[in-house]
Amino acid sequence: MAAAALARLGPGYEGEASVIQRHAALTRFAGSRIHQNLAEEDATLRVRIRHDGRTGVAVTNRLSPAGLEEVVARAALIAAHAAPEADPPPLAEPPGESVDSDLGWIEATAAADPGDRAAGARTVIDAGVARGLTASGAFSTEAQHRTVVNTGGLVASHRVTQARLVTVMHGLAGETGYAQSISTDLATIDAAAVGEEAAERTARAADPTDLAPGEYQVVLGEYAVAEILEYLAFMAFSGLAIEEGRACIELGQPAFGSNVTIWDDGQDPAGVPTAIDFEGVTKQRVDLVSQGVARQTAHDGATAHRAGVPRTGHGLPAPNTFGPLCWNLFMAAGDAPRSSLTQGVERGLLVTRFHYVNIVHPKKGILTGMTRDGTFLIEKGAVTGPVRNLRFTQSIPDAFSRISAIAAETRLVGADYTGIVSRVPAVRIDGWNFTGATANEANV
Amino acid sequence: MNDLIERAIDAATGSGAAYADVRIVEHQAESLTVKNGSLAAASSERSAGFAVRVLVEGAWGFASSQDLSLDESQRVARQAVAIARASRLAGGPAVVLDDTAPAAGHWGTPYLEDPFAVSFEDKLRILFEADAAMAQARGITLREATMEAARDRKLFGSSEGARLEQDLVSCGAGIVATAVNDQEAQERSYPKSLGGQVVGGGFEAIRDMDLSGHGQRIAEEAVALLDAPQCPSGEMTVILEASQVAIQVHESCGHPTELDRALGMEASFAGTSFLTVDRLDRFRYGSDIVNIDADATAPGGLGTFGWDDEGVSAQNVPLVSGGQFVGYLTSRETAPVINRRSMGSSRAASWRNLPLIRMTNVSLRPGEAGSLDDLIADTDEGILLGTNRSWSIDERRLNFQFGTQVGWLIRKGKLAGMVRNPTYTGITPRFWGSCDAICGPGAWTQWGEPYCGKGEPMQTASVGHGAAPARFRNVQVGVGQW
Repeated sequence: MAAAALARLGPGYEGEASVIQRHAALTRFAGSRIHQNLAEEDATLRVRIRHDGRTGVAVTNRLSPAGLEEVVARAALIAAHAAPEADPPPLAEPPGESVDSDLGWIEATAAADPGDRAAGARTVIDAGVARGLTASGAFSTEAQHRTVVNTGGLVASHRVTQARLVTVMHGLAGETGYAQSISTDLATIDAAAVGEEAAERTARAADPTDLAPGEYQVVLGEYAVAEILEYLAFMAFSGLAIEEGRACIELGQPAFGSNVTIWDDGQDPAGVPTAIDFEGVTKQRVDLVSQGVARQTAHDGATAHRAGVPRTGHGLPAPNTFGPLCWNLFMAAGDAPRSSLTQGVERGLLVTRFHYVNIVHPKKGILTGMTRDGTFLIEKGAVTGPVRNLRFTQSIPDAFSRISAIAAETRLVGADYTGIVSRVPAVRIDGWNFTGATANEANV
Repeated sequence: MNDLIERAIDAATGSGAAYADVRIVEHQAESLTVKNGSLAAASSERSAGFAVRVLVEGAWGFASSQDLSLDESQRVARQAVAIARASRLAGGPAVVLDDTAPAAGHWGTPYLEDPFAVSFEDKLRILFEADAAMAQARGITLREATMEAARDRKLFGSSEGARLEQDLVSCGAGIVATAVNDQEAQERSYPKSLGGQVVGGGFEAIRDMDLSGHGQRIAEEAVALLDAPQCPSGEMTVILEASQVAIQVHESCGHPTELDRALGMEASFAGTSFLTVDRLDRFRYGSDIVNIDADATAPGGLGTFGWDDEGVSAQNVPLVSGGQFVGYLTSRETAPVINRRSMGSSRAASWRNLPLIRMTNVSLRPGEAGSLDDLIADTDEGILLGTNRSWSIDERRLNFQFGTQVGWLIRKGKLAGMVRNPTYTGITPRFWGSCDAICGPGAWTQWGEPYCGKGEPMQTASVGHGAAPARFRNVQVGVGQW
């Protein structure tokens, strides 16, 4: 299909075409019953063509011969009217041989049916009901096949599957607890374990006390750490942010504590692999931060061209003014047993998860957000009880320079909003700035 | 297309659906970005498809496809029925829809100048002129000017007999200038941040923006922010300029008045709401001058339409009246829970998505405080906060924190200097309870917010917020360590 579109280009044109076929299904439950249940089917053809330094991009999901003709003509029309670029980035060069990857493709995940998802939802719901809790959540399965070709001879494709089960449970007094599991393989999603984790956390969250804002030691669980990494992908690891001087780290300089190592690797099956990017470039491992020092950054075709370095395979769909994005992040495990992280905390907080995090100051790496679904007080090394949710406003480079322990175990976590998947450990941080608390609703 | 609707409804009901609706959408979009004097992006997108939603034994099923053939319509309808049957494996009480009467008709967004008929050259000229204006500011680092347009042609039919056609047109533009030094990256935007100003209407709205006329000013302000003092910290009087009031309304009134959130249907993702059903008609949300409505009929609104995606006609309903919480955004499934009929706010972001309760144009009604200058003159000491930079609110929609691009201190009724990195925080009903002045109709703008996220899989909706500058007392400003 992609090649057929490019075959319609006239002489003197160069171009790139990508097709993304996606079958996604999701079973959503709330109030301990399925309330939304859906399946979506779509395939999109995206054509980027260039003529005399002028570029046009057109997108369609009409994949008939007439549809291909129309989308190419539309891209050509845009290019004809576009302003020329002085030094446009070249198309991605083809690797030695074409890429046809099915790294992370699990047939059973692709073939999942509504009954599979409903059964998983039922299991989670039952785990909550057994403890008198109400369960909400979603069980999704997705199969995606990405193909990219260009007139320079590049041919690359990758197909991958993903299954993800999340739940938030509610107790009678409004206490909540969260759990998640994500994998390429539906068979490894243990719905009973997800239900049990959330139920156990919720049961411990009842009757929270108020805690005054201030700076506390924290133990961040894997869900919370993954969310911080997600924002570092935007603030720190993007070649465009580095190029434009907006990033909160500087290449070659210490960024975090020397115990922090973070990389991106779309080829690692320990994550949810992304073998190629949207420009057809094979994803390279990028050592973003090694022993605290910012070493490398992610690039797409445009940023790599301007920086005079090779692409790393982090391009987003054209036309992309957003810059490259890491979406297969890994943070190195430490040597502390996860269960030991609270030890040594005189008075601090165990944070399960953050909510509605946003960038306050990109250059300083300051984020704000709320805790959610399981926030607990730690006193003299032991978790002593739940506290009402708190707001933080914190520079991440500062905080990640104060990590005093890193768990030996890691967990795969899928982001809610961006699709970034990270494998991360839980960490202990000696100083995290909480700037507010949510209200006791009886008093509002 | 009408054949597809009939065929899908017949297939669904013939397979056991007690209710079925079918929505066909043809989507067309265009976007342009000029960055630092070059055309950085020019794209055109077209997408079409249909969705079938069914109720079987009181449980929902939904399926969508890009293949607009009659055979596919039958397959997708039967798939939706099969999915609904699977829903019964963890079912609850049967879904009951309200008694909205099925409607028939056509509605189109009013406009003067079709944004898709305006020449490429004309659009680029506007963007390059704005870019050049920003480039006049010495020391500016990054310049970006964007423009977008969208059209959705929708057909809707239901097994109850609804047959509707709509032609929704929107367009917008914006500019942003960024100044960077070793310690700071400061932005100024016009007319607003977060994708610029987008309206339900024609290209005349973009021509009226006069982007180039504001380019140099915002770029100079961005540069000046690099050396401006840090925003002070403490409780003070705050005036929010109109587009920031719009975001405040969006997060702290629009989302918490979504009835699906209040009923827990978004609990695992976007969250719930402090505006629980027991508080309807008996909870003080804000001060007496706070009046907020959801108006899907507002001219120029990005949340303006003829009917929602359940076939419910556009309406204007109060959410907060005289400071009292009096209404929700509802759907046909949720409205009966509060013994009301849907007010028409169930919408899907695209043909492939399930309709959810979304904001229409959730707007703060203007007050009697005159112009922004009048309000500043009436303020002895405080701070004016302009143009959103960051936003965050807890899952119950109580504790919020916003950052704005710029702050201006107010002393004795006059602006007394710019400050950088301003933030403010509060608890929703206390904050709105502290509102003591809202500017008048002349300062009121219908803002468009094109990137509202909700649902799983997440849908990005276009919503509107009318707002005028407003004043709030005793607000915590300057949060965090700098």
